[in-house]
Order: sequence, then C-alpha cells, then structure tokens
Amino acid sequence: MNLQADLLVLLPELMVAIGAMVLLVGGVMIGDTASRVVSWLAIVLLAGAAWIVFANTGTNTAFHGAFVVDGFARFTKLLILAGSAFCLLMANEFFALEERQRFELPILMLLATLGMMLMVSASSFIALYMGLELQSLALYVLAAFQRDNLRSTEAGLKYFVLGALSSGMLLYGISLIYGFTGTTEFHAIAVATAQPGADLAHNYGLIFGLVFLIAGLAFKVGAVPFHMWTPDVYEGSPTPVTAFFVTAAKVAAFALFIRAVIAPFPAVAHQWQQIIVIVSMLSVILGAVAAIGQTNIKRLLAYSSIGHVGYALLGLAAGTQAGIQGMLVYLAYYLVTNLGMFACIAAMRRDGESVEDIRDLAGLARTQPYFALALGALTFSLAGLPPLAGIFAKIYVFGAAMQAHLYIPAIINIVASVIGAFYYLRIIQIMYFDEPKRGFDHNIGGGTHALMWGTSAISIFFVVLPAPLIAIAGQAAHALFP
Amino acid sequence: MMNHILSIITFLPLVGVAAILTIARGSDSNARWIALFVTIAELVLSLVLWFNFDGSTAAFQFVESADWLGPGIGYRMGVDGISMLFVVLTAGLMPFCILASWESIDERVGEYMVAFLALETMMIGVFTSLDLILFYIFFEAGLIPMYLIIGVWGGKRRIYASYKFFLYTLLGSVLMLLAILYMYFQAGTTDIVTLLHFHFDPWAQRFLWLAFFASFAVKMPMWPVHTWLPDAHVEAPTAGSVILAGILLKMGGYGFLRFSIPMFASASEVFTPLVFVLSIVAIIYTSLVALAQEDIKKLIAYSSVAHMGFVTMGLFTLTQQGLDGGIFQMLSHGVVSGALFLCVGVIYDRMHTREITAYGGLVNRMPMYAACFMIFTLANVGLPGTGGFVGEFMTMLGAFLANTWVAIFAATGVILSAAYALYLYRRVVFGDLVKPALQTIQDLSKREVAILAPLVVITIAMGVYPKPVFDVTSASVANLITEHKAALAVEGARKLAQESVK
Repeated sequence: MNLQADLLVLLPELMVAIGAMVLLVGGVMIGDTASRVVSWLAIVLLAGAAWIVFANTGTNTAFHGAFVVDGFARFTKLLILAGSAFCLLMANEFFALEERQRFELPILMLLATLGMMLMVSASSFIALYMGLELQSLALYVLAAFQRDNLRSTEAGLKYFVLGALSSGMLLYGISLIYGFTGTTEFHAIAVATAQPGADLAHNYGLIFGLVFLIAGLAFKVGAVPFHMWTPDVYEGSPTPVTAFFVTAAKVAAFALFIRAVIAPFPAVAHQWQQIIVIVSMLSVILGAVAAIGQTNIKRLLAYSSIGHVGYALLGLAAGTQAGIQGMLVYLAYYLVTNLGMFACIAAMRRDGESVEDIRDLAGLARTQPYFALALGALTFSLAGLPPLAGIFAKIYVFGAAMQAHLYIPAIINIVASVIGAFYYLRIIQIMYFDEPKRGFDHNIGGGTHALMWGTSAISIFFVVLPAPLIAIAGQAAHALFP
Repeated sequence: MMNHILSIITFLPLVGVAAILTIARGSDSNARWIALFVTIAELVLSLVLWFNFDGSTAAFQFVESADWLGPGIGYRMGVDGISMLFVVLTAGLMPFCILASWESIDERVGEYMVAFLALETMMIGVFTSLDLILFYIFFEAGLIPMYLIIGVWGGKRRIYASYKFFLYTLLGSVLMLLAILYMYFQAGTTDIVTLLHFHFDPWAQRFLWLAFFASFAVKMPMWPVHTWLPDAHVEAPTAGSVILAGILLKMGGYGFLRFSIPMFASASEVFTPLVFVLSIVAIIYTSLVALAQEDIKKLIAYSSVAHMGFVTMGLFTLTQQGLDGGIFQMLSHGVVSGALFLCVGVIYDRMHTREITAYGGLVNRMPMYAACFMIFTLANVGLPGTGGFVGEFMTMLGAFLANTWVAIFAATGVILSAAYALYLYRRVVFGDLVKPALQTIQDLSKREVAILAPLVVITIAMGVYPKPVFDVTSASVANLITEHKAALAVEGARKLAQESVK
C-alpha cells in the first residue's frame, strides 16, 4: 500500500474536491455573473467523475481499509452523481427564473456530493463521520439558500439544529461501539463480534451503541420516529434543493445506513433487524396517514418520502442479499421518480411566481395534457401501481421480506400502501377530474422539461426492459455479502 | 404470425393508443375511427385464435416465452380451454363499447379512446399471461384506465365512486401480490404451468388461498365486499359499465379457476363451505336488494352480484357440470349484462336520467327497443332458449351433485331474479305513456340497432346451441378436476406417511 495507489482509488473524489475548490476561487474572482458557467462546469465535473466511477472494476481499498470502492459503492455513487448533476441542472434554471443566481450554489452542491461519495465508500466509522459531516454542513447552507425568505431560513436552522443532534447521537453510538470492540473499522468489528464465546445478546454496551447508531442513521434517512425535520425542511427549502435532499442525499444516507449495519454487525443481525422492522412499519403508516391532509405539494412529497423510506427499510430488515438488492432497485427508482416529480414542481409557475398548492394543478389535463400525463405517470409510479416502474421496486423489497419470513411487517406495510394510494389518487383527481384553472408558464427551461419527459418515460417504459437494472443491483448487493 | 398471435392480440391496442396520440392529435372523429378499427381488428384476431384452437387437449396453446424480469420470472403467454373464450369475450365487447360511446362521449374523446384501448390490453393480458407476476401487472394495471373512465366521464358522484372502486380493488390485490412473492420463493418460479403442479404445504395453502380470495372476491364481487360495484356501475359511462360487468367481474372467476382451485387443492376443499355460504347469501340477499332499487343501473348492478353468486357456487362444486356451467355463465352474463347496460345507455342518452319512475310505456313509441330489452331481460332471468339458462342450469346441476341444500337455496334466487327483472321491465316499458317528456322519444337509431342486433343473435345462439363453448372448455375443465383429485390424493398420502412416521 503506497500513497499513490491509495490516491488512485480516490480519483473521482479527488476530482470533485479539486474541481470544487478551483471553481470556488474562480467564482469569487468573477462574482455572481459567473454562476451559469460555474453550474455547467460543475455538471461536466460530475459527469467526468461518474465516468471514472463507471470505468472501475473490482474491489479496491485504500488507507488501510478505511475507504473501499466495491460494486455497492459504485452503484450508489453513480446514482448520487446522476442525482446531483440533474438537480444542478434544475437549480440553474430555477434560480435564473427567480433572478437569484449565485455561484456558491453549484459549489456547495459539489461539496455535498463529495461528502456523499465519501460516505458510501466509508468502511470505518471515522471515515463515515467525516463524509457525513462534509455533506451535512453543505446541506444546511443549501436549505437556507434563499436567505431573505423566512421559510427557507427556518428550514436551514431547523435542519442544522436537528442534524447536529443526530450527529451527536451517531457519535455517541460510535464511541460506545469503539469502547466495546476496540476498533472503528467495519471489518475488524465484524471479526471482534464474531469471536466464539462472545455473548453478544448480553453485551449491553455494544447493543446500546448499536441503538444510538441506528437512531442517528434513521435521523439522516428521515425515518419515523426521527422524521420530524423532513416536512419543514422539504417545504421550506428552494425546490431544486429539496430535490437534491430527496434524491442524492437520500440515496447517500441509505447507502451509509446499509453498509454501517450490514458490514460490521452480521453477528448481531437479529438485534438490529428488530429495530429496523419497527422503524419501517412506523414510517410507512405515518407516511400514508399524515400525507392525506396536506395541500402543499412539497410537504405532501415529504410525507410520501417518509413512507418510501419505510418500504426501502423493509429490505434492510430482511438483512439478506435479496433485501439489499431490492433496496438498491428501490433507491434507483426513487431517485428517478423524484427527480421527475420535483422537475414538475419547479415547472409549476404562474406569472413568474412559483406555486406549490396541489389545487393549483386543477384541470391540468385540459390546459396542459402532456404535463398532466408526465406528472400522472410519476404519481402512479410513486403509488406503486403497475405497469409503472414503482411496482418492480416494491416487488423486490417485499419479495425479500417474504423470503426472510417477515410476513406481518410485509402485510402491514402493503396495507398501509393502499391508504397511501389515496393521496396520490387525489393528485390525479385534481389534474384529471376537476375544473381547470389557468395553465402554467411555458418558459420553464429546457433542462427541467427534459427531466420531466425523461423520467416519466422511464417510469412508463421500465416495464419493457427491467432486467438490466435488477441484475446490476444484484451484483452491487453481492459486494456486501462476500 | 401464429407463433406470436397472443402478443399481437394483447398489445395491438397499445398501437392504437400510439396512433391516437400521434396521428389523430386533436381530432375527435379520427380518434373514434382509429379506436373502432383497432377493436374490430382485435375481434377478428381473437376469432382467428378461436378457429385455430385445439379443443381436444388441455395443454396450453400458442405458448410464447421470453426473458423478462429475472430468474424464474419471465414473459410467458398461452391460452387453454379456460382462458380462450374470455379473450374472445373481451375482444368481442370492445367494438360495442366504442360504438356506444360514439355520440354520448363528446368531450376529451381522444383521451377516452386511449383509456379504453389501454384497458383492452390489460384485460386481454390477464387472460393470456402464463406468469404470475405478469398476470399481476395486467390485473392491477387495469385499475388506472378504469379509474379515469369513471372519474372523468362519469355521473354526479363520479369522484366518490372512482375512489371507492380503486381503493377496494387495490386492497384486495396487494395481498395477492404478497402471496405471489411467497410462492415465488417457495417454488423458485412464477411460471403458472410449473406452479399448477407444485404442491404447497397444506397450511401455507390456506393462507395463500385466502390472499388470492381477498383479491378475487372483491373483483367478482362476492357479498359482503360487493358494495363498490353498484356505485361504480351507476356513475360510470355506459361503455364503462359494460366493461365492468362484462369483463372486469370475470377476472375474479377466472382467478378462482386458474389459481385458487388447481394450485391450492386442499385449501379449496377446506374453504368450499365458506364460498357456498357467501354465494347463497349473494344470490338471495342481493336479489332482494335489487327488487328495491329505484335506479335502473343499480338494479342491474345488484343483479350482476347475484349472478356471480351462481358462478362461484358452480366453480367450487368441483364437478364437470358446475365448472363448465360457471364458465358458461360468466360468458353469457358478460354478453347479457353488457347488453342490458347498453339498453340503459340508449334511454339515458335520450332522457339523461336513470330513475325508473321517470319512464313507463316506452313500448308505445319504441317497439324495437322494447323487443331487444325484452330478450336481454329474459336472458338475465335465465329463460330456456337464451344464454342465461344454460349456465344457471348447469351450475345448479353441479351444486345438486355436491350439496342438495345449496342447490335448493340457489333455486330460490332464480325466482327472485325473475321477480326483479320483470318488475323492472314492466315499470320501464309497459303501461301507458303518460310522462310528457317521453312523448317525443325516438326509437333505436341505425347505430344502436347495429349495436344491439348482434348481441341479440349471440344471446339466443348461446342458449340454443352452446356446444361450441363446451367444445373449447370441457377438455381443460376435465383435466382441472383430475389434477385436483390427484393433488388431494398426493396430500393425503403425505399425511398418512407423516402419521406413520410418528
């Protein structure tokens, strides 16, 4: 292991880090007029990083095993990079229409992406925490990016306070785990806990640490009972930033969650699975019930995201390779669908003002039928109705749960999904059945439009060729179960 | 072409959808003609399928298979004697639906036709798929176009009805999805042909049976989960009601035949009394409810529930007569109830009300209409010589063989059905024409004659000469019963072996 080889493993991350700094210097020198150029350069940078990630093969570790690049990391990194790049595209057009372009935005998003990439590759708790904090700090600022907007500022502050609390819990859990196993590296923890004669079920210190760790991670993915921040933050943040939270940041947090419980703790799987089963059921039920009364579409999607976190966690609760495969399929689907949903929300502008009430969609099928078709396909996909993409993600997650004999949680979750279908149907009802209002502005920007059409086309046509994604997700999941 | 005929039949309507979205853009009449052309092409193809079908074997025919989702889950298509005629029924009713909507749907015509064509693909796919996951996709995907059809082009309470329809059926089918996934991990595949010969553990079977039952009982619909049907029927546009009564309800019966009975043999045996009781309650109770209805469509909707009671009863007698009769009853009810809804549509288009009291004495101004309506009413009652008789008679014959009491109770339902159907007919058609609004009502137009005349012919043909139907079904039904008995024997032998080990 020499430094050069280690750095080579980190090439995509280094690229993003150095690129972000160069762009920052450039931006400071030129000022806000450069924001457009900086955005496009950032997108190019992300695409380049994605290409390098994609071209890699095999499993490589760096820095004495603290950093690992395997199939799982590559799969999630590609999702994250794609999510970031498309959110950046959306943000560029969104803030241009709002006339609030600032060059800091792309740079903050780059830094957050860098943190996410480190998170999903982290193979020790210290590396994990470093990546997580880099991401979180950038996200706090992004949430409050419209600093003269009360709701945006409130969102940033709330996110910061609660995020710091969760980081504290996470650190406390890590310190306990370190205290009882003597190491922070995933592999070493797995070895330590797998020693014959270790009475793990009564090693309360370790279990205690695990509980705090899971609480902190549940906070980051926004699962019940640590979900309180999501509706406020998602509603208050500017739309492209919310999209960034829901897509790239969610995938990264999930990838972190998966690796941080699967890799170090196979020996205490039974203990953590119980917690995750409960968290999963609570999230699905709350997500389904609480969304019914919402009228702000971003807030509604926040509750919907809590529900989706619950479904995805069911795959983790299964704790098997099939479960992780299902989760990865789920994350890919969730990322694509939400990119589209938020592109549609970004396109909801009337007379230059952004509108966010679902009643503003009234009669959209008559004023803008193709817009309604795109949003309708995405909504049905989120509701998990065939033949749209969502059902395949559900099939794999629920299949893994059935395979792992989690019958009762699977039944409860799928029944709750029917309750959840109600509010998705309401969006369709408003668009298709209700009397029309005035249509939306047409000058939204080509990128946002392309995102809407692209993602809804994927949702509709995924049924034709689902096998490749599922096979790739299977390979990625296999990396965690050598 | 015959190698891929099932895929062509299933997905041809989607080509029509694409054509309407691109070529017909904006023009209502283009959309109508494209839809009519595609549905007639479908009908022709389905008849070609029927003529090429070999009724002497129980094996699946026109089988197709390709990789699709992953290991064990593939794209598999095929039909046997049980599913064959449902394809024909679906393809056969669709042109009538398009014609019935020709003038009565005058806004958002393109979208309407798109929804119907998409629905046709989903419905045919249900009957042609030979893979459980594929079946599930088609089975549930039909909800989306139907939800839109009720919600956009429906009556006053359309929003309530559309939600009720959607959520009811969704709740039933998600439990089936979990059962399918369980079966996948037990058997390692969702290939229906393999699963038909797979013996599930007797206890697992019971839960699987209940999960499938939840889905099919809602779809049938069986008492007490039938309450979505009257609302959906009343609020749906005429063609939507035709499809609901004619085809969507048959998916439940088809599901029992294809999955519940052959795959979960011993569980079917265990739950037969439950099905009999629910069927009897449906036959008697909903017939009585139908007597009290003030709304024509609601009355026919309740009568559908009662007739589906005969079907479930017949299927679970597990006799050749009962199963053949159940299938026949589904086919004839598909034609007859569809025709009845079309008849209601005819007067609704003129008067814009479905209240029975708003009519009376129609025979004076609409003799042709009265004649057509008469034939369908009598077929609905089950008069010998019409399609309705054969199915009802055979299901009762089957029931008599299985359980005399069930047959006796079911027979009272026949009397009740005569009561409500003739009572309806008397109030709407006979009597003096006293209502001022009815003084100028017109008899059937040419388009309406073109719709109703073929249905009259089919209804009578089915009653007089039912043999072509049984030629298709009987081999598969006989095979189903043999396999069912064999599966029970295997299970009994296993049980004995286990006990002797103890």
